[in-house]
Amino acid sequence: MKTLQTWMREAWPYTFLAALAVWLATISYTGGQGAGAILTAALSFATFSVIVGLGQMLVVTSGPGNVDLSIPATITLAGVVAMKVMDGENALLLIGIAAAMGAALLVGLFNFALIWLLHIPPIIATLSSSFLILSTAISYGRGIRIKPPPMLADFATARIMGVPLVAIFTLLLSILIAQILLRTIYGRSLLAVGQNPRAAWLSGLNPDRTRLITYVVSALLAGVAGLCLSGFSGGAALNMGEEFLLASIAVVVIGGTSVAGGKASVPGIWGAALFMYLLVSMLNTFGASAGIRLILTGTIIIAVIIAATGRSGAQR
Amino acid sequence: MINKKLLRQALPLVSLAVVLVATFIVQPRTMSYFGLNLMLQYAVPIALATIAQMFIITCNDLDLSIGPFVGLVSCIGATLLLDSPILGIAALAALIAVYSAIGALIQLRNLPSIVVTLGLAFIWLGIAVLILPSPGGKAPIWLKSIMATQTPIIPFPIIAALVIGIAIQFALMHTSYGVIARGAGGNPVALTRAGWSMLKTKAMLFGIAGFFGVLSGLSLLGLTTSGDAHIADRYTLYTIAGVILGGGEFIGGRVSPIGAVIGALTLALAGSFLIFLKISPDWQIGAQGAILIVVLALRALVSRTGKASQ
Repeated sequence: MKTLQTWMREAWPYTFLAALAVWLATISYTGGQGAGAILTAALSFATFSVIVGLGQMLVVTSGPGNVDLSIPATITLAGVVAMKVMDGENALLLIGIAAAMGAALLVGLFNFALIWLLHIPPIIATLSSSFLILSTAISYGRGIRIKPPPMLADFATARIMGVPLVAIFTLLLSILIAQILLRTIYGRSLLAVGQNPRAAWLSGLNPDRTRLITYVVSALLAGVAGLCLSGFSGGAALNMGEEFLLASIAVVVIGGTSVAGGKASVPGIWGAALFMYLLVSMLNTFGASAGIRLILTGTIIIAVIIAATGRSGAQR
Repeated sequence: MINKKLLRQALPLVSLAVVLVATFIVQPRTMSYFGLNLMLQYAVPIALATIAQMFIITCNDLDLSIGPFVGLVSCIGATLLLDSPILGIAALAALIAVYSAIGALIQLRNLPSIVVTLGLAFIWLGIAVLILPSPGGKAPIWLKSIMATQTPIIPFPIIAALVIGIAIQFALMHTSYGVIARGAGGNPVALTRAGWSMLKTKAMLFGIAGFFGVLSGLSLLGLTTSGDAHIADRYTLYTIAGVILGGGEFIGGRVSPIGAVIGALTLALAGSFLIFLKISPDWQIGAQGAILIVVLALRALVSRTGKASQ
């Protein structure tokens, strides 16, 4: 069973096992009641973390300490732009999507330009740009409470046999990104640059182009999340991105992507996102307060990183 | 040729001066005791939190939990510290001990600090919400009166900022302990070979950071007079921005305490400046981002001309 052994050395199977364990604990507490409903809800909510997690994963993979802090602001900007351009009309759906993705594209280009021109760490570049993006979104979206067009709302809330349509869409997106990582020049370059940018450059790769694509894709994915989220929750809100700052980093790290760069895991993001949501719903079922939920989430993040670092340390 | 190092060091001060003068021009009434007091009072907790962040950055780490930590301190201050001061002080001391232990853990297991402090951010917030589910509580009277101190001639926030900046500048830049602390970020291997313990150094630096986090939370509580778990969520980003604005760098133990305080003041002032310009408050955060980018661009320019002249 060589395959099983190689599997178990990865982090992501454990995230699914953990998610399963938490789900089983929840339904055994409720006596099997709502088992399907919990899964459906988990898929809906985890999906948004997965979409932004994919982008964050690419950025984290691009080098040690690289994080995209502008994701929450970009989610908000894309949501606000989409809602305002669409104005609740189905006819304007495509124009709205184009506008939101255009805004996200600009964010990605801007982030890269800051890193490239000013030679500053990505964390600072995306931090500064997130301030500007958030202000743009607040100013542009002042006082808006526009409902999403029915088509977008339907897409974001529709289910096929209990499985949210958005989850299926995100699964396809994840497969696409996993394939890009595995089989394209960009994907292989990203892993190489993440491990050692100088070695990658010496071997003829183009680290700058790789980084450019990385930040643009991360911003575009945040834009997609903003679109889906505003369809899902009946409009855009100025704080809609907030919770994804920590969540996007958490799912990436718990899922087994290396913070030191050069190692990515797409399935881990799904496992981690499902686990995080199911954990919260388990604690809700047990009647734990918000404080306890937060404390446990934090403890798990720290425990996972201790376990993960220990494992890679042993391999060296 | 102008000294590159000097130029770099002067940059934070110049940024502050530009924002300050611009504020005076737009709204001359701020050029008074009360005007400055009002504009700068909230800079004190931000400056203290920025100092905390700076101690973490000194050893090449980053603290994503300082904002929620300051919020937690304000919650403890508004409840436990008010009801039973001894228990409150013990709780705050325990928090500092946890900070120190986290520093040791990061060093011992070679963990990425971004992730560990990300987890901590959830934990601080969780404890704060348990203590104070909704904003409330009351600041101890002595804390309020400290923050409302009326110093002669020069407003209290300016004196506080100066004292904090100069004291830490001296401790970190002109004492042998400061050299070791910065060495932890500059060259950990050399530090270890010279016989110093990285474990102790990092535990110490994180402990000091925790101490200044506690001071920041208490001073914020003295101003707001009630506790709130979420009151300082933005501080995490502000403090990182403040350290960088003040001339600090992420790696190599290159930090500047006075610069960090100046950076915090600049960010705090930028907010009021925009209000006086009658620019909508929507753009306040954006302007802070813009200032950050402009300063970083200037610094990149300074470094590049410096390199070219060598």
